[in-house]
Amino acid sequence: MLTAVISGFIFALLIPFILGRLQSKSSLWVALLPLSLFGYFLSRISLVQQDGPIKVSYEWVPSIGINLDFYLDGLSLLFVLLISGVGTLVFVYTAAYLKGHPYLNRFYAYLSLFMASMLGLVLSDNIYTLFLFWELTSISSFFLIGFNNDSEASRKSALTALAITGFGGLFLLAAMVGLGHITDAYTISAMAPIAEMIKGHSLYGWVLLFLFLAAFTKSAQFPFHFWLPGAMKAPTPVSTYLHSATMVKAGVYLLARFTPILGNHEWWNGTLIAVGAITMVYAAVHALFRIDLKGILAYSTISALGILVFLIGLGTEEALLAASVFILVHALYKATLFLVTGIIDHETGTRDVTQLSGLRKVLLPVGIAALLAAVSNAGIPPSFGFVGKDLIYGATLGMGDLAWLFTLLAILTNVALLVAGFIAGIKPFIGKLPERYAAVHLPSPAMYVPPLILGTLGMLYGLFPGLLEAGLVQPAVSSLIGTTPDFHLQLWHGFNLILLLSVVTIGSGTGLYFLLKPSEKLLGKASRFERFSPETLITGFTVGFGLLAKGWTRFFQNGYLRYYLITILGFLSLLLGYRLFVGVELYIDTGLLSEITFYEAIVLLIMGVAIFFTVFSNSRLVAVASLGVVGYSFCLIFLFYSAPDLAMTQFSIDTLTVILFVLVLYNLPKYLKLSDNRVRIRDGLLSLIFGALISILALEVMNESVTKETTAYYAENAYILGKGKNVVNVILVDFRGFDTMVEITVLAIAAIGVFGLLKLHLRSTEKE
Amino acid sequence: MKTIIFKTASVFLLPLLLLFSVFILLRGHYLPGGGFVGGLMASTAFVIHSFANGVERTKNIVKFHPGFLMPVGLALALLAGSLPLFLGETFMTGLWMDQPVPVIGSVGTALFFDTGVYLVVIGVTLTIIFTISEGL
Repeated sequence: MLTAVISGFIFALLIPFILGRLQSKSSLWVALLPLSLFGYFLSRISLVQQDGPIKVSYEWVPSIGINLDFYLDGLSLLFVLLISGVGTLVFVYTAAYLKGHPYLNRFYAYLSLFMASMLGLVLSDNIYTLFLFWELTSISSFFLIGFNNDSEASRKSALTALAITGFGGLFLLAAMVGLGHITDAYTISAMAPIAEMIKGHSLYGWVLLFLFLAAFTKSAQFPFHFWLPGAMKAPTPVSTYLHSATMVKAGVYLLARFTPILGNHEWWNGTLIAVGAITMVYAAVHALFRIDLKGILAYSTISALGILVFLIGLGTEEALLAASVFILVHALYKATLFLVTGIIDHETGTRDVTQLSGLRKVLLPVGIAALLAAVSNAGIPPSFGFVGKDLIYGATLGMGDLAWLFTLLAILTNVALLVAGFIAGIKPFIGKLPERYAAVHLPSPAMYVPPLILGTLGMLYGLFPGLLEAGLVQPAVSSLIGTTPDFHLQLWHGFNLILLLSVVTIGSGTGLYFLLKPSEKLLGKASRFERFSPETLITGFTVGFGLLAKGWTRFFQNGYLRYYLITILGFLSLLLGYRLFVGVELYIDTGLLSEITFYEAIVLLIMGVAIFFTVFSNSRLVAVASLGVVGYSFCLIFLFYSAPDLAMTQFSIDTLTVILFVLVLYNLPKYLKLSDNRVRIRDGLLSLIFGALISILALEVMNESVTKETTAYYAENAYILGKGKNVVNVILVDFRGFDTMVEITVLAIAAIGVFGLLKLHLRSTEKE
Repeated sequence: MKTIIFKTASVFLLPLLLLFSVFILLRGHYLPGGGFVGGLMASTAFVIHSFANGVERTKNIVKFHPGFLMPVGLALALLAGSLPLFLGETFMTGLWMDQPVPVIGSVGTALFFDTGVYLVVIGVTLTIIFTISEGL
């Protein structure tokens, strides 16, 4: 199983080189990877069915509980088959869709990266690798949305998507850390048996909140839904794969995965029902007002995700069954519609639904695929969608007192989705073919066969739902509810209330379709409400925050060294002053100080004079030289107190500093009034305060009883362990050698920085 | 600054100071000194030379850009640190030769490490100073 996950990553690394070298005409062979993965996982079905979940574990960082634990149960199986199956078709489709694109190799690399991460995500049992793969899917999605990186809209959408899903990803980490803290376990499978303990824990609410934020952002739930329509800037294969069939379902997967652990609690159910219901209705209605095919599909995808969250929120066995089936139903018809949209866009150059009609005459096989998908989407028998919709109504009807409300919401959503599906899947193909599209021709089979396969499957599973029952749906549901479920998937249930509801849905939906004509005007009406949409609010917030950050940075990072110094010293003085004022009893024992000798007095006098010159000289050179004198005087003091090492270093450093200053100042005007009196007084005051505080601090330190253990250890062992008599040096190169290692690295980085700053600057001025 | 005396003196001072800096580096383990101070002194030697003769002349003496000393020094220090790893000891364990080498004294990994520090310091200082003096 590790190979299955890793292979995609390795493939992603290799493919840019292979495709770049080959320059081959067809890149169809790339689809062999997802195809073989699909085959591999298909062969696991019977194993899972017979022996239950497959568990594999590889140690990675066992000390902090991060291991590559993989777990293949019914739910994972459903997802891995979806990922590798749809993946295969999308890989094939891409070969024709982006044929000859200069960055096709990169595109495949991102796509494989995504596929591998997604497989890893749904197979992860370890909570930390779950997070890791989750983030990887966000990142690969970012690359794919921004694939057309010369378009500003593309880049912006990619950033929005990354910001929203990355934001959610952090909450996932928080939720996982919380769960790990509560349970002391690092695998999801180990948490299931102690679900009751988790639900009773005081942190349960927080874990739930974080988990929901992660799932809602990823699965585009209200109010985080707006990144998904933006993500439609990506090439169509990406929209098909990531933003309808797989990645956006990661949030749903997460919720489903944690249903046995965190579910069946009023907070869990209430929140999910509310958010899911709002999302499904809101997005379904929104979809009706769009005229861009991909926009319609994006909103109907959000709505479908809402339905899934809603169903998981209901939490009954029927609802979870409906969710498992609907995941598949939706993936089949929505991927088909996206692929069809891609073909229309590719061949006609537009996705504007008001412009398109009569394409059946030129794109017949595509039209058939679209029709099959639209029928399944509408839930018209004998499609798979009909089975799915029946299950949804069955689930809502079984909800007791609130059954009528839930059923009503479900009908409303389904009606709107049906209309959206018809607009996207049927409308472009019926009616009269405009003159300008007469020359449109059928693309290569690599493009229209994948949607046909998916569309046909959507019909086949409707006619024979038993094909999926034992192998896929039953294990999936059983991993959600924990026991073996008892149900039977079938197309025909006889005449009952559910059938009546289906008829009502189909009837009113079809009626609405004929009444509602998508147009610019309608879109305009809808966009008037944009001002209150979460997108506007969150974007506004982001912009505001950016402005605040900019202002804040401008204020402190103003580029003037003197203000940096003032800020740092001022802040330190405040902190120190406060601490000395409230925290410490000032006690300075003058008896501890040694007497001032004649030499020291002389040195201090020199220092005083030098300081005077530094401050009051009119010449920069004099000021710098005086500063050097102060430094040298310090060296003498170090010497008096027997620190020759320190004195030597200080001496060299001071020499070099003075030289540096001179080098910099050499070209500046010689005489100048450096600063006016007010500035001098300000600076002087600050220096005096800071100096005084540091002196007090130094004197205070002398009162503290210092533990001499370290000093004694170094002194004793310098020769025994380090074979050196100079303790300072032995500390530097042996005892604390690692510190020195890092320090010289930092030094080197600083030098490179200086070099880069000055040289690059020179280059740019040279160019001018 | 470009007086005859200073110029002439700097030509003789450069090798002398360099030799002295190596001396400081080597004695560091027993007496005040070490790679850091040694490196600073060596840089000072070059800086004095460049003051008297111009940066271009000094650069001609060195032949290569002093910046290259940084990676060399870092690599030497890292190598000295990781040498014990090959002998089954932990990173940065001091290893010493049994007998002191004439002139140099006892030789051990710490000495190589210190030499690495010495080279990095020269590289850093000269890179910064040369870059700045060229930039103006």
